[in-house]
Amino acid sequence: MARYLSVVEEPYRATVEEQDDTAVWFTHALRNAGAEVTLLLCGDAVNYAVPGQDARGLRFGAREVRTAPEIDRDVIALIGRGAAVYVVAEDLVERGLPEGGLIPEVQRVSRGDLARLFADHDRVLHW
Amino acid sequence: MATVTIGLMDPPYESANTVTGFRIIDAALRKGHHVNVFLYEGAVALGFAEQKPHANPVKGKSVEEFDHPNPKDWVHALFELAATRGVELDWVNCGLCVDERGVDKQVEGARRGSPADFWKLAEAADGLLFIPTR
Repeated sequence: MARYLSVVEEPYRATVEEQDDTAVWFTHALRNAGAEVTLLLCGDAVNYAVPGQDARGLRFGAREVRTAPEIDRDVIALIGRGAAVYVVAEDLVERGLPEGGLIPEVQRVSRGDLARLFADHDRVLHW
Repeated sequence: MATVTIGLMDPPYESANTVTGFRIIDAALRKGHHVNVFLYEGAVALGFAEQKPHANPVKGKSVEEFDHPNPKDWVHALFELAATRGVELDWVNCGLCVDERGVDKQVEGARRGSPADFWKLAEAADGLLFIPTR
């Protein structure tokens, strides 16, 4: 069975409408179907590894968005399904995200080790 | 009381630009301003009346539990907000963009127009903001 690496680089694309990140959701759906998947968060998407995000409270007119996206919890759920999740360490530093402020199960990978991570997978989906 | 003209171009479920635009429209209406909205290209599908909410199988949630929003409901809510505030919301779709996408069944209140209508709305407005697709 092929191993899939799902690389997410453009976050928060339509997350309020979708109530999800579509790439993370798709990766989770592959995992639920039995695929062996790894999620790599890079660029601004490293923020998905920060717990405690809260997008509640949005409304248009009287129409409240009652189920707000919870991307951090979606990442935790994906890990709970047995998928590995990585963030690019340098992208965290460039954005001032603290080392200790991430979802504990998320693993850091340096840019220098990305080639090895890619080589460990058979298929790469770059979102 | 001012009149604001806003252009949107992104289709539903593709960009954060949509929510940004809707937030600005909502805020302007709440402050008592008239708002013209011109929908260009994929944005004409925002008011498509046949959008349907769906369940979320990944999260194991039913349609009711997931409460998936459709932008058409947001458009409808903005029309209701305008009515309660006593201001005008003009929702104008690029007609050719509607035709090529087959999204002619629109929420009540939306109307068909052209770039010429956008120009008229822009000329009549105190402020103009167009949020294009990137």
